[in-house]
Amino acid sequence: MDFIAILAAGVASGTILAIAAIGEIFAERSGVLNLGVEGMMLVGAVAAFSIAVSTGSPWLGVLVAMLAAGLLSQLHAVMTIHFRADQVVSGLALTFLGTGLARVLGEGLSSARDVTLVGRTTIPLLADVPVIGPIFFTDQSTLTYAAYLLVPIASIWIARTRPGLHLRAVGESPAAADAQGIRVYVTRYAYVFVGGVLAGLAGAAISVAIYPGWFGDQTVNGRGWIAIGLVIFAQWSPVRAALGALLFGAIFRFIIDIQGVGTILGFQSPFTAGSSANFLLGMLPYVLVIVVVVIGSREAVRKRVGAPAALGRPYVRGERGA
Amino acid sequence: MTDAAEATPPPPEAGPAAGAPVPALEARGIVKAFPGVLANDAVDFDLRPGEIHALLGENGAGKSTLMNILAGLYRPDAGEILLDGRPVAFRSPREAIAAGLGMVHQHFTLVPSQTVTENVLLGLSKPRFWLRPAASDAEVAGLASRYGLKVDPEARIWQLSVGEQQRVEILKLLYRGARILIMDEPTAVLAPQEIEAMMRTLRSMAADGRSIVFISHKLGEVLAIADRITVMRHGRVTAAGIPAAGATRTDLAKLMVGRAVFDVLDRAPIEPGPVVLDVRGVSAENDRALPALRDLSLQVRAGEILGIAAVAGNGQSELAEVITALRPCRGSVRIGDQEVANRSTATAIKAGVAHVPEDRTGVGTSPNLSLADNLIMKRYTAPPIARGWFIDDDAARHMAQGLKDTYSIAAPSIDTEARLLSGGNLQRLIIAREIDTGPRLMVAVQPTRGLDVGAIETVHMTLLRRREAGTAILLISEELDELLALADRIAVLYEGRIVGMFPAETADIHEIGLLMTGGGDPGGPEAVTAATPGASGDGA
Amino acid sequence: MTLVLEPRETVSRRFVWGVTFAALLVALLISGIVIWWVGGDPVRSFLHIVDSAFGSVGVISDTLVKATPLILTGLACSLAFRMRLWNIGAEGQFLLGAWGASAVVLFPLLPAGTPAIIVIPAMMLAGAVAGGLWGFIPGVLRARLGVSEIIVTLMLNYVALLWIQYWVFGAWSEAGFQQTKPFPPEAVLPRLTDLAETFPALGGLTVHLGLIFGIVAASIMWVALERTRWGYEIRLIGDSPRAAEYAGIDIRRKIIVVFVISGALAGLGGMSEVSGVVHRLQDHISPGYGFTAIIIAYLARFGPFRVIVASILFGALILAGREIQPQGIPAMVQGIILFALVGSDVLIRYRVRFDRRLATA
Repeated sequence: MDFIAILAAGVASGTILAIAAIGEIFAERSGVLNLGVEGMMLVGAVAAFSIAVSTGSPWLGVLVAMLAAGLLSQLHAVMTIHFRADQVVSGLALTFLGTGLARVLGEGLSSARDVTLVGRTTIPLLADVPVIGPIFFTDQSTLTYAAYLLVPIASIWIARTRPGLHLRAVGESPAAADAQGIRVYVTRYAYVFVGGVLAGLAGAAISVAIYPGWFGDQTVNGRGWIAIGLVIFAQWSPVRAALGALLFGAIFRFIIDIQGVGTILGFQSPFTAGSSANFLLGMLPYVLVIVVVVIGSREAVRKRVGAPAALGRPYVRGERGA
Repeated sequence: MTDAAEATPPPPEAGPAAGAPVPALEARGIVKAFPGVLANDAVDFDLRPGEIHALLGENGAGKSTLMNILAGLYRPDAGEILLDGRPVAFRSPREAIAAGLGMVHQHFTLVPSQTVTENVLLGLSKPRFWLRPAASDAEVAGLASRYGLKVDPEARIWQLSVGEQQRVEILKLLYRGARILIMDEPTAVLAPQEIEAMMRTLRSMAADGRSIVFISHKLGEVLAIADRITVMRHGRVTAAGIPAAGATRTDLAKLMVGRAVFDVLDRAPIEPGPVVLDVRGVSAENDRALPALRDLSLQVRAGEILGIAAVAGNGQSELAEVITALRPCRGSVRIGDQEVANRSTATAIKAGVAHVPEDRTGVGTSPNLSLADNLIMKRYTAPPIARGWFIDDDAARHMAQGLKDTYSIAAPSIDTEARLLSGGNLQRLIIAREIDTGPRLMVAVQPTRGLDVGAIETVHMTLLRRREAGTAILLISEELDELLALADRIAVLYEGRIVGMFPAETADIHEIGLLMTGGGDPGGPEAVTAATPGASGDGA
Repeated sequence: MTLVLEPRETVSRRFVWGVTFAALLVALLISGIVIWWVGGDPVRSFLHIVDSAFGSVGVISDTLVKATPLILTGLACSLAFRMRLWNIGAEGQFLLGAWGASAVVLFPLLPAGTPAIIVIPAMMLAGAVAGGLWGFIPGVLRARLGVSEIIVTLMLNYVALLWIQYWVFGAWSEAGFQQTKPFPPEAVLPRLTDLAETFPALGGLTVHLGLIFGIVAASIMWVALERTRWGYEIRLIGDSPRAAEYAGIDIRRKIIVVFVISGALAGLGGMSEVSGVVHRLQDHISPGYGFTAIIIAYLARFGPFRVIVASILFGALILAGREIQPQGIPAMVQGIILFALVGSDVLIRYRVRFDRRLATA
């Protein structure tokens, strides 16, 4: 088993999760829980692929995917911010809508072949660094490199900039932010949009870059939900989310690769091609999400930090005061 | 007590005096209505430069509403506002602050998880993009020391005491160059010594040329600090800008309530019975995992009211929660023979504890359930309400109706949802429910907070009647006056410990105030609160 | 120009249902527009749905068959949602229940030839227990560790499907196909068409005993919620957990119990589907019943009998939707309906108006 190759492929797979998770981190940091990530990723994936097929330009597909998912997110935003709807139910509705929409738009798409994909490159110099080079900087999709940049940008934006301070205030104590003249609603709309755009990007990364093609619901296959779980594990930190995404990416890859192997540590591997035991193996990522979410929750309790304090609650400027 | 006509206010120096400088702030004919209540009814108000102007009135008189309008939070339905003589119409607090008018609210608008500096900087357009923690901290520290407001810029808000948080709120306004400051019930959360410090700060800011509005319902403080006083009642102004120098507590009380208000309570001497509540060596942490109670012990006997005097944040909420089994602790809490520490709330209830909680809407009642459903909350596990697994609807409704009538809970019917009730009626509901179980021990936490005078009287009468009936009562309150009027003994709670215990007859408000803020030994008065004539003054 | 929301004080039931109905109509309208936009014929599509669901006794029976699993999963979700427990895992609990019931026949857990009077209840029990277990996991994680049940139940959906696939493709596979051998007659729920000899009119009607399970479950749930102490506690916890704790209710235990019952109901739905309709265990036994159940529960405002009505409506949608082009329409319509319901909820709770003067946050 070529571990380097597995990890490199794991990085690619993790990219998708990282982008979606960071998008959700932005939304949740502003106080809005958006459970519609799976639906938005599906819409992004189908939009990117279908545009790439019909126009031959994957990058146009990526752009459209980001816009489409961003627009979709605003539906949830209006419902929860201005109309104060329950954020959980609205997010679920968004998932249903996105899933259905993607199915409708994806009619007849999967048979399309010969699609130009987003290019892959190797970064010179960095690719020569031992271990890290071959894993992170060799023959990865351009979108993966974009994700590498996204992580520090997101992290610095949130922690070290003035807009980041305002974002955190809106998510922790919107009343305080409002009293200081920060536009709470506008901030929330904006960051939910960012979350949607990134979810769309993640979906596009699947269908026109890393796992090309459109396979109906299977295209995303629960990764949107895993991303949401990752946000909890990451304690709303982009860097931690990226690390978690890397872990999951490696696991996804590992599951596929181990199915070809004959023996594990000298024992006969039950996970041969076609074996039903592979289904048990497939449970691993989902069980791991549960484990990871439990860890994140316990940590939050122990360290007395945790979710942005106002997460999930609509903000109403107190008309009747205290 | 004369319940007759309105008191005639002294000859008005109300309004901008002819030939006087333009008022810093003026409101004319302000009208504001909320569903079901006319909060401001053609209100006029003016504020002169460099003065401290008190806005006095009881809860619900419309003072906060008026100030929220001036500060840009609400829009008036009618009327106009002039700043330095120019008409203004603020559409948001930000516009008001930009114009130099800021408000320190009763409930602070601070972000608990962020630092003092971050809170002060919040909402500003500087720093432009990159945060510079060190430079900003220094700037805030400098500003703080210039006005004698001691606070650590790097501290996170949740680590600060309430008094320190208030200083941060003031700092926020000063940092933005506010010339007019509105303080909404600023002393509600402070002990007498902290109040004195705050008064000094206000005076120095006024001397600096800033104008201050001081909203309060406490006559003594208002007389101590204000240059002029405006009194509001039921949404109208009953005395506009009268000079504080000539006013008496009696006059002001009449203007506030329409009659002279003296809480003369009929507290009969009672021989207390056996010990009902026995707290020994209790230690507990608060929600932030910081120590809230430290090896605390106390006892309450049947037929006795033990008052707990404490400044907010010294463990009183945690004490009530430990006794009612809502919070784990180390040590022992016994109600009669039953140990309730670390047991279930059901155990405490069965042991005969009634709890009138601080949070009426979040804990004491269930907002979307009906009055009936709320009233059976403590009785639904036993007959006659319970019939095996089922709830006897008729019995429940009968009981609910009975309680509603007996305790005069004003609501359309027992099917009305609890959230539609006013604060006073909600409290009546809670008290009705809790007393109906015939408890051995009552734990009442801030029972009269935010209530109008009528409701306050009801609560006080009820507590005294329960006392006569032999219930042991633990009364936790921030209102020292209330404790002095009701309690047989007063214990002072400071940083999780009982630091003083006084029989009511010999309790001295200065001493208690001192202990509440951790100062000195009990006994031996300090030179304190020199300039508060209202404390011992006329007619109390 | 800003949107102002003022809380409504009291609302009549007629208003609530009027708005809900209007929301459904709006949703259908929007769906029609979308169908037209992607090239379909909305009017024909809707007429087709009505016809293929209610056009004749035969298809009504088919609609009821589709409604049966929806009723049970819908009840499962309603119960949990009443307590604000977001059980998104009804799908997985349904699948586990199907597996558990199948295990009775396929392991087998009972010797061959055991009469139906024993087998059927055994399958019911197995289905409920399996589903209950699948509900226990998120329940205990939430109650003891405060872990969000949304993520846990969702992940368990995927695990449940893989679990079934493991058995269906492996040990229980029939001749290498993606399904198990058919159940023996004693493991099959009786259907109306079984009485065709005595009542020829019932011939061909595949409505099965599972429907009775659903109706009985709904009735029991209604009584429990409205008339018992247990139901009172659930309503109290759902409205204000802190008040419930203050009132002496053991919330953590309730969470676990309610989640287990919710899972058991969904599991029973799974059992009824494999035993009453499919008569075997296979890879695809649910077109997303557990997810549709969420919408049903919400539409029915968590009322057990209303769940039955809503289930019939959605049963019709699923039944007829299979033949509508494009394929994703039913799923999309469900999403639009849920959004419309969410929006209608706002209108019910608040009065909405526009105010030129105010500034919002």
